[in-house]
Amino acid sequence: MIRVQAEDFDVGAELAALGRGNKKIGAVTSFVGLVRDLSDGSDVAAMTLEHYPGMTEAALRDIEAEARQRWQLEDVLIVHRHGKLEPGDRIVLVAVASSHRGMAFDACHFLIDWLKTKAPFWKLEATSQGERWVEAKSDDDQAAARWAKK
Amino acid sequence: MKLNLVYFAWLKQSIGMGSEAVDTPANVATVNQLRDWLRSKGGGHGEAFGKDAVLRAAVNKAIVSDDHALQDGDEVAFFPPFTGG
Repeated sequence: MIRVQAEDFDVGAELAALGRGNKKIGAVTSFVGLVRDLSDGSDVAAMTLEHYPGMTEAALRDIEAEARQRWQLEDVLIVHRHGKLEPGDRIVLVAVASSHRGMAFDACHFLIDWLKTKAPFWKLEATSQGERWVEAKSDDDQAAARWAKK
Repeated sequence: MKLNLVYFAWLKQSIGMGSEAVDTPANVATVNQLRDWLRSKGGGHGEAFGKDAVLRAAVNKAIVSDDHALQDGDEVAFFPPFTGG
């Protein structure tokens, strides 16, 4: 399941609900992304996440489908926030439930790497030097490229 | 042809609007030609599309390549590479 929302999310409640009642699940992994107060040497006071409504949901659904095709997963959750956030705020939650930990770790890692380069979000940082749009990092492309099918 | 254009991130700020409806001349058939035509309009469009920066495009909310053929009524979005997560 995927959700795009302005509101915060409760990690504990989300993980507890993941695959609830499914006794085949032996492993749940999760990744939570937070807003840092330092970015490329500048203090960050706030961050605004813009997205492309409609395309964002479609892209996240495609990303979930790709993970389910590659691994045998019992449940998948992606929650991504948009709007104005502050340092320490949660941005994104990726959680995976599977029968064994290997698949759950790999799929979770894949999902966040893939999401960074394939879901239409853009970060605008408010710093002491003014506002600036975060630039895509080649590290992120490399992280996603690791998961390219050989 | 009639197209609905959508802009995001710095591109939106540079152009000064998030979306607009346009009627393109007959020589605009692909995403690349649309980009060239928008650059030729000058002003905020000229500045935004004239920059030496990577821009991606989506048609009807799906990523496309520069040689993608446009259809009347398409929603065409331009934006810099994604920075979510």
